[in-house]
Amino acid sequence: MKKFGILIVGVGGQGVILASNILCDAAMAAGYDVKKTDTLGMAQRGGSVVSHLRFDKEVSSPLIPQGQTDLIIAFEKLEAARYMEYLGKQTKAVINDMAMPPASISLGIAEYPSDAEILEGYKQMGIKADFIAANQAVKELGNAKMLNIYLLGYAASYLPFDHEILAGAIKKRLPPKLLEGNLKAFAAGYAASR
Amino acid sequence: MKKLLSGNEALALGAYNAGLKLAAAYPGTPSTEIMENLARFPDINTQWSSNEAVAVEVATGASYTGVRALAAMKHVGLNVAADAFMAASTTGVKGGLVIVVADDPGIHSSQNEQDTRHYARLSKMPVLEPSNSQEAYDFMALAFELSEHFDTPVILRSTTRVSHSSSLVETSAEKQPAAQAAFKHDTAKLVMVPTAARVRWPKVLKREELIGEYAENCPCNQYIPGNAKLGIISSGIAFQYAKEVFPEASFLKLGMTYPLPKNLIKEFSQSVETIFVVEELDSVLEDSLCRMGISVIGKKYIPRSGELNPDIIWAAAIKAGILPEIKDTLPKINTPDFPKRPPLLCAGCPHTGIFFTLSTLGQRSALPGKPKREPKLVLSGDIGCYTLGAYPPLSAMDTCGCMGGSISQAVGMEKAGLGEPVIAIIGDSTFMHSGINGLINAVYNQSKITILILDNRTTAMTGHQGNPGCGIAANGQTVTEVNLEELVRGAGIKNLQVLPAFDLKALRNGLKNAISSGELNVIIVRGECNVICRKRSLPNTIDTSLCNRCDACLLLGCPAIQRDGDKLFIDPGLCTGSNCNLCSQVCPQKAIKTNEAA
Repeated sequence: MKKFGILIVGVGGQGVILASNILCDAAMAAGYDVKKTDTLGMAQRGGSVVSHLRFDKEVSSPLIPQGQTDLIIAFEKLEAARYMEYLGKQTKAVINDMAMPPASISLGIAEYPSDAEILEGYKQMGIKADFIAANQAVKELGNAKMLNIYLLGYAASYLPFDHEILAGAIKKRLPPKLLEGNLKAFAAGYAASR
Repeated sequence: MKKLLSGNEALALGAYNAGLKLAAAYPGTPSTEIMENLARFPDINTQWSSNEAVAVEVATGASYTGVRALAAMKHVGLNVAADAFMAASTTGVKGGLVIVVADDPGIHSSQNEQDTRHYARLSKMPVLEPSNSQEAYDFMALAFELSEHFDTPVILRSTTRVSHSSSLVETSAEKQPAAQAAFKHDTAKLVMVPTAARVRWPKVLKREELIGEYAENCPCNQYIPGNAKLGIISSGIAFQYAKEVFPEASFLKLGMTYPLPKNLIKEFSQSVETIFVVEELDSVLEDSLCRMGISVIGKKYIPRSGELNPDIIWAAAIKAGILPEIKDTLPKINTPDFPKRPPLLCAGCPHTGIFFTLSTLGQRSALPGKPKREPKLVLSGDIGCYTLGAYPPLSAMDTCGCMGGSISQAVGMEKAGLGEPVIAIIGDSTFMHSGINGLINAVYNQSKITILILDNRTTAMTGHQGNPGCGIAANGQTVTEVNLEELVRGAGIKNLQVLPAFDLKALRNGLKNAISSGELNVIIVRGECNVICRKRSLPNTIDTSLCNRCDACLLLGCPAIQRDGDKLFIDPGLCTGSNCNLCSQVCPQKAIKTNEAA
């Protein structure tokens, strides 16, 4: 297999880091060499968060070179657009159809971009993105905190290993009392992608 | 056993398995997690020191008793510790002493960018540079061995991308036993009065030579044979990026970048046609090679500033003519300039109220449609969460340079004859770190400034570590709190107020009184960091029938207050309710309702 690069992007507090840790565990369980790195800006106070994750027989750089992202999971729409330079023609995109406007937008200094603007780069690259209403879905499942696991479930079908391996990694990372709900969220996400 | 570890986790585990007895650190991104992970081992004595100089002194003292000790900090922390660091180099060690310094190329979370390798030349200490978590783990054991064998402290230099990336590590199941502390009197080595130091320093210079000879065969310096046309000399994370870009090239990967293995480098340089030096930040390796008369290319094409990545090296190689232009380039994507998402003070942050007060008193923010005014009050800032008060809409900070500098800089402005009131703003942890020095100086020199100590009972910016004022030790145990009020009074402050962080009226009155008194004043603004105390009540709500969209509440910069089309609303997931209530105090229409928990 060629190196597989996953970019997970979102806003501080959405559970991006936990999601990428779980994906790492899964890739490791699937027998790959794994490297990952998170960029948090100044700590984690509501800023833009990006996690690079790569696996292969052997990985050198933890940062994904431009164009070599195979899968992007965006927890927020604007963040989906911010890291466009890493995308390539082969990229599969899972985008949570939800806007978290930065403070500059509430203050009227800036405008939140339209979906068309957000997707312009994807269009130029020929990437068909899956827009999914993940917040609504986890709300119906009863816990907004399961957003990251739902999104992992949705993205599981784009991975080069079985989704059961990812479910196994979730079981290992999460405390027992949160497990049942999250596994349900994972299954719901996976079902929604098929 | 194989584990997925971050560089910082691997450094901690490596030190533990090498028989570490004591570790001291001041938190600082990207180094913080080293101590956090060490503190999980009950058999290591761990401490958050009040600053980095103290951390190095504590670790040096432990080393003098024959045990293995470690001090950890970020690059700017080494500036604070420089005196203690040079002293440790001069005396050398008894038990192994490792000083871990994490640099921050790209300035992800710092006030500047600096290359710690320069300190190696100054101190004659060896530097080890891991390039992934496995090496972070392995080099730690090596560092302790070198330290004891050559009687020197060893610098273990990491960077953000090594500290904060995770990769697989083969760990050893065995742990070396820690030595028992015992002190052997040795004044010629440990008491650096001039007569002793004059004898000691030539030994340090000799030591440097010996380590250089050792470096020739050190397993951490690796020759990786490849194509004879191109030879890459690199270290740290830059090596991993270069490996990605030049899979076929020959590599000399330096795990020890000071002192250098000169013969190894000469041999390598003779075995390849072109040498490309790939290093992050300054041209430390390149300059050394040039001094050796070896012709290389490097910083002419690779930037001296910022974090490297494979793409930058790729572009540099094309420019240098080493790699051909790629034909099948990706389409150049044109995208609009998207709105930035800078970090913000959290919803329910105890710093918001005082910054809002400073902002309104200082005329820094204006309601939409109202003209901007010339700011009043000079706000001398410092380093911590509260530095985020510099961002709009609060915009309430005029300086920020180094840890603990706010009070001294404010005194400087006042003494220079500045007509406006000067206010120094510092957090509790930064005050304990080195701000107290400025306070003592302000008292002694009869300054007339107002000093705000924003006491949120933790070191929040780096992830809520303990400090002397909050009474939580590195291992989580409750310990004696240093009483801030008594400390401030003990320094000679007569005018001291302690104000509640979420009471805007009290903050405004207290601040006005302090400024108008024209005397030296300290105000402690106290309110717990909401991220750790998690005090919250039912979220506030905006009665849209009363709201006239004056937008006064938006001037707080609270992330919970958001806009949906023309209407404002409060995100119930973020709002901490009546534990904060700043927005309802600000709203002139009384449109923001508090919903006390039943």
